[in-house]
Amino acid sequence: MSNKPFAITLKPGTSLANLTGTWRTARPVYLNRLPPCNNACPAGENIQGWLFHAESGDYEQAWRVLVHDNPLPAVMGRVCYHPCETSCNRGQLDEAVGINSVERFLGDEAIKRGWKFEAPAQASGKKVLVVGAGPSGLSAAYHLARTGHRVEIHEAGPLAGGMMRFGIPKYRLPRDVLDAEVQRILDLGVTLKLNTKVGNIEQSMQQGGFDAAFLAVGAHIGKRTMIPAGDASHIVDAVSVLRSMEGEDKPMLGRKVVVYGGGNTAIDVARTVKRMGGEPIIVYRRTRDKAPAHDFEIEEALQEGVMIKWLSTIKQAGAGEITVEKMELDEKGFPQPTGEFEKLEADSVVLALGQDVDMSLLDGVAGLEIKDGTVQVAPNMMTGRAGIFAGGDMVPSERTVTVGVGHGKKAARNIDAWLRGITYAPEPKHEIATFDKLNPWYYSDADKTVRPMLDIIRRQTSFDEVQGGLDETNALFEARRCLSCGNCFECDNCYGVCPDNAVIKLGPGKGFEFNYDYCKGCGICVAECPCGAIKMVTEDI
Amino acid sequence: MSFQPVKFYQTGTYTVGNRLLAADERSVQAGEQRSNSINSGHRACQGCGEALGARYAIDAAMAESNGQLIAVNATGCLEVFSTPYPESSWQVPWIHSVFGNAPAVATGVAAAMKVKGRHDVRVVAQGGDGGTTDIGFGCLSGMFERNDDVLYICYDNEAYMNTGVQRSSATPPAARTATTMPVGPEPGNVFGQGKNVPEIAMAHGIPYVATATVADLRDLEYKVRKAMKIHGARYIQIFVPCPLGWGTASHDTIRIARLAKECGMFPVFEAEHGEVTGVLKIRSKQPIEEYLKPQKRFAHLFGKHAHPEMVARLQAIADRNIRKYGLLDEEAAHV
Repeated sequence: MSNKPFAITLKPGTSLANLTGTWRTARPVYLNRLPPCNNACPAGENIQGWLFHAESGDYEQAWRVLVHDNPLPAVMGRVCYHPCETSCNRGQLDEAVGINSVERFLGDEAIKRGWKFEAPAQASGKKVLVVGAGPSGLSAAYHLARTGHRVEIHEAGPLAGGMMRFGIPKYRLPRDVLDAEVQRILDLGVTLKLNTKVGNIEQSMQQGGFDAAFLAVGAHIGKRTMIPAGDASHIVDAVSVLRSMEGEDKPMLGRKVVVYGGGNTAIDVARTVKRMGGEPIIVYRRTRDKAPAHDFEIEEALQEGVMIKWLSTIKQAGAGEITVEKMELDEKGFPQPTGEFEKLEADSVVLALGQDVDMSLLDGVAGLEIKDGTVQVAPNMMTGRAGIFAGGDMVPSERTVTVGVGHGKKAARNIDAWLRGITYAPEPKHEIATFDKLNPWYYSDADKTVRPMLDIIRRQTSFDEVQGGLDETNALFEARRCLSCGNCFECDNCYGVCPDNAVIKLGPGKGFEFNYDYCKGCGICVAECPCGAIKMVTEDI
Repeated sequence: MSFQPVKFYQTGTYTVGNRLLAADERSVQAGEQRSNSINSGHRACQGCGEALGARYAIDAAMAESNGQLIAVNATGCLEVFSTPYPESSWQVPWIHSVFGNAPAVATGVAAAMKVKGRHDVRVVAQGGDGGTTDIGFGCLSGMFERNDDVLYICYDNEAYMNTGVQRSSATPPAARTATTMPVGPEPGNVFGQGKNVPEIAMAHGIPYVATATVADLRDLEYKVRKAMKIHGARYIQIFVPCPLGWGTASHDTIRIARLAKECGMFPVFEAEHGEVTGVLKIRSKQPIEEYLKPQKRFAHLFGKHAHPEMVARLQAIADRNIRKYGLLDEEAAHV
């Protein structure tokens, strides 16, 4: 009690004796929620995590956090279909954050500045064979090397990159970018053997003294379909066309080229033909909204002058022309023939009907299960044969570069665990930071930065890259559009809005702490946290 | 010139701080060094807007006066919950006399400081809307008229809260209080009565008058700091929601203040020598229902025995504010 005269004078700040925390029936707690972008990323990137560093202009740290999960950011920033942006909470506010463009900026910045991966802390003494130098194989090799294993990649082709080189055209992925990112992985000490086709995996493993293997041979065999064709007709498959674009002998397709199919590969071939001076026509049996190709790629193809015949199938191929039949969709959305025919000029027909996997290297391996042309793997990416893992296009999945990179990482973590005789147990995922967890009032209004596009004439006549990148100023702007969903970004709101001064600021980078002696549990901090990084928990009373 | 927000910086000046802002761009409240003029352990209800508004305002005044500040307090919630014998939450020199005389006491303190030659010491008087717009009104008007060197801050929670939510001259029309019950053909507080003290203060021609809310911290701090740079009589009215008296959830205090501003019910502006010089524009205009519905004091306007005609009259008041002060982007003030 005070020794001052009664009710006349009180000592400053003496209310600290009154622990108002006892009033509380619920307490606020800080937590990290899983941002929807991270949740959607097939490569398992910590997108919010690397954007956090990019926001402050620390691009190297941002890049280092990025490559913790994905060693190919400059490639990814060009060819990824960015499901992260589709799920971005900012899309419900104005437009999704341009995650893909910031990723490309960081990737390009790393190449420009020569940033290198950190070498592994110590060698494990184990040796792993990776078959295939595509996105999945490169990713696995990278992650295995960083955990200290000796890695050898056996690649059947003359150059590394797999479908990134022999499937994706140059105007989407310049080869110097790919080469730089591949070289950086090799610089970790990964051995790459080119023109080395693995004919029998068990034999190769035994001969090389490998403790485990990761198979990622991809899907390089173009699917065929039965088209009645005359002797003079010229029918080739899309994979061969795109592959031969990388060699000295460019494909001879003639002027009028019909591309059969509605996927991204069909679009790639048509746009390639256009750039070589041909007149491509895509023939697809269903409608635009049913086509598996991404709509922006269809749009870009149309801009460049690619013709597309929807609802059509090829009935017959002859010399210099083909016959197509018009289709109509039935009530279930399946195309049905109409009996109406039409002739189209065609010097050649390119089949882009999907790809199959060459499984020959697995002949005679016991315990494997092959279904629908793909190798079946367990959730840890291991095949039925212990020690042999597989990923990428040769296992059942969506066939994209990003999925391949994700498989490589996941397989590498499981291979590492398997080699150490333990089981890899990823940490349980946090609950998702959905839009309703945010308080969007606090974010500044800011429209998405539009990336520059090459002018149309150069897109029709050259293989120059179509989409431009961001520079440092607009990359910073774009990074700062991130809402940091579910993860504290130190905006000081909780510290400011507490009527009871019950939030302790721990200093830059250290976040905040509640002082439960005085927190009355009003919940204002939770309601006013912009990013949903606090929640109320009922007290046990 | 009104408050200038920081250009795009993720959350700009909407949040209390931001790790990306330079030190001089941060709010007083974002700093670890803020004075916490009213400290933990006070007995305000959970989610009290007044406790929050008082810390915002007095911390800003402390920062601007380099800690040389004396605060005079009228009777009211703020005084009662911050100084129950034998404790005080205040960490500034603070004096309380009676309900109605805070402006006069502050005038006296300012005069005493002048006599003692302490030109560095500044004086703030503060009270709730009852102590300001009703009981202390005569003293306040006198303080304005004499242009005494006092910043008077009114924490407006629109009724007498600590005595049990009785109507004051700042209670809005239609609101339920203990003395304006929701009965009869026009339930709640009557339309057409009450006082607009910011405008009355402007009519005195004093150097500075402003309104603010606890939802716009940066604007509030800017106004307090600006007022502290001026000598003479100054008046700031801060809108502070009261979860108890208004029947709102304790976590909604800031949201309600934000909605009051965004719907036009509480115009946020500043005026110098009787002329409006700046308004805080509405960012995303809201219908009045968004503001009224979360508050139980307006519950009788909705539901089974709804009074849409009274809601329309409240909307008309908000619309008039928007017109009068030019609260939407394209408009200029007409005051």
